[in-house]
Amino acid sequence: MALSTSSNFARPDDAFRAVVEAHRGLTDAQSADLDAALVLVLANHIGDIDVLREAIALAKRRLLDASQQQQQQQQ
Amino acid sequence: MAQANTAQAKTQFGYRRHPDQDRAGAKMAEHPVVVVGAGPVGLSLAIDLAQRGQRVVLLDDADRIGEGSRAICFSKRSLEFWDRLGVGDRMVDKGVVWSVGKIFHGASQLYQFNLLPEEGHKRPAFINLQQFYAEAYLVDRVEQLPGIDLRWRNKVIALESRNDGVALTIATPDGSYQVHAGFVVACDGARSSLRQMVGADFAGQVFEDQFLIADVKMTAAFPTERWFWFDPPFHAGRSALLHKQPDDIWRIDLQLNPDADPVAEKRPENVRPRIERMLGHDKFEFEWISLYKFQCRRMAKFIHGRVIFAGDSAHQVSPFGARGANSGLEDAENLAWKLDRVLRGISPEGLLESYHVERSAAADENIRESTRSTDFMAPVTRQEARLREAVLSLARDTEFGKRMVNGGRLSVPSIYDTPLSTGDQDQWRGGPRPGASMPDAPMTSRDGGSTYLTEAFIRQGTRFTLLAFSNGADVAVPDGVGTIRVGGDDGLVDAKGLAGRRYDAVPGTAYLLRPDGYVAARFRKASRPALDAALARASGQN
Repeated sequence: MALSTSSNFARPDDAFRAVVEAHRGLTDAQSADLDAALVLVLANHIGDIDVLREAIALAKRRLLDASQQQQQQQQ
Repeated sequence: MAQANTAQAKTQFGYRRHPDQDRAGAKMAEHPVVVVGAGPVGLSLAIDLAQRGQRVVLLDDADRIGEGSRAICFSKRSLEFWDRLGVGDRMVDKGVVWSVGKIFHGASQLYQFNLLPEEGHKRPAFINLQQFYAEAYLVDRVEQLPGIDLRWRNKVIALESRNDGVALTIATPDGSYQVHAGFVVACDGARSSLRQMVGADFAGQVFEDQFLIADVKMTAAFPTERWFWFDPPFHAGRSALLHKQPDDIWRIDLQLNPDADPVAEKRPENVRPRIERMLGHDKFEFEWISLYKFQCRRMAKFIHGRVIFAGDSAHQVSPFGARGANSGLEDAENLAWKLDRVLRGISPEGLLESYHVERSAAADENIRESTRSTDFMAPVTRQEARLREAVLSLARDTEFGKRMVNGGRLSVPSIYDTPLSTGDQDQWRGGPRPGASMPDAPMTSRDGGSTYLTEAFIRQGTRFTLLAFSNGADVAVPDGVGTIRVGGDDGLVDAKGLAGRRYDAVPGTAYLLRPDGYVAARFRKASRPALDAALARASGQN
């Protein structure tokens, strides 16, 4: 696996906070614009198509897991 | 269209009755190869075959060269092919040479690119030339070659596959007749009737966005560059393209909304205001207006028994990338030498399968590239549009953003993964790998004259040719194989060192080139057994 999923930040809370604060005060549409640009900037910085594909797969799996959980809760 | 005038209708041809039509009751005429469709692909294929000594019957259902500019961008690779067919100079002399493209977003330029940033190639990255000129020059060349029998107003209406070939029924103004062909090559375009006759499907992706092409005549001071706009001030929210052709004709391509009414949009009175806004004036005349949607698709198999498909009949792409006509010409150069060898009986019929392998992979690559360009220009979902906008805005300040902007990735030759190639055994740091096309380089001949590697290849007869960088111990090449020697006592001189660099050459390095100018094998030190084996492989003999 080329994608690193171990914790890479010495202070993970700072990283999470930095992203959250970037979205503060934005409308949903502005947030989506910001995310689109941010994803592209970060993807280019990583510069490895295999890592990018794994990252997409991981993020998508989270999306699927979440929707399955929701369905189970509704049942 | 009615107002088109200046450059058209200069190429009308007459129908002539052929003795094949007067064989009633007798056995139908036999021909080794019949090419159907006298467009750029069919004409080029027929010329290549005839230059290799084949007799070719070339059929076309019309009696004139098609109207409108249609294809306008011809690539370096296509020009090198046309050089081999003896028509390269005419194309380049008439064509508009260009290599710079500019991309705009709104009113400002995002970036520019140069498709041929290095010196020392005989041919430019691209020329722009109306398709009817290209066809007219090819027809002139056909008429110089007694081996080609070009029959206008001969329309294939039925096809019957037989073990040893194909029986064709052909309709003419004098009624129909039949011929028997060893091989039929269908170059009859996107709406190929031969494709329907063999029952092949043609599945792919249809794009909903509509594009308007207008060729306008005007004298303008724009440079000879390809200009592409995203969201221009004169055409908000859509894309636009401006490109120069010979005779003061300019190609304008405007993206319309998917729900635009094709009939209304095509009316000159509706097109005119858009173009006035784009050009900032009204001093132009329409040459041609066409509205189109496009599809990206290909046949599953390019070969159906003895019927072989080439060009648009086999594959279709969007126009952004100049991959239509150019890929069709690459089909022709790929097929001609193989079909010639099979017809001569010096290669097995199985060699033709490599045409399907190589060119269907190239079609997939062209479809992938042109689909990506189209999706970038016409995003499907809201989020796709958002990502596109993010790229365009990042492109203002960042290099990576510029490189993600996709206003069309222009045609370059594919590199074939093919059973005809012999894999590298030696160490290479560069140079074309087996399956890649030969790079050009400037050379000096022994008498001091300037030439190019591509010219030396033609002088060797566009056959299997060994490009050998001399080390004083030349390997004897097998019979029928040409030699281009670089260095040594009698070879070409690589005065600028560009050939050496482009081929990662040291003394002793040798490349075996196929008759279409692709690399079959390469060696640090060529031995006769290795050369024989590579040659056998590249001719389909094992």
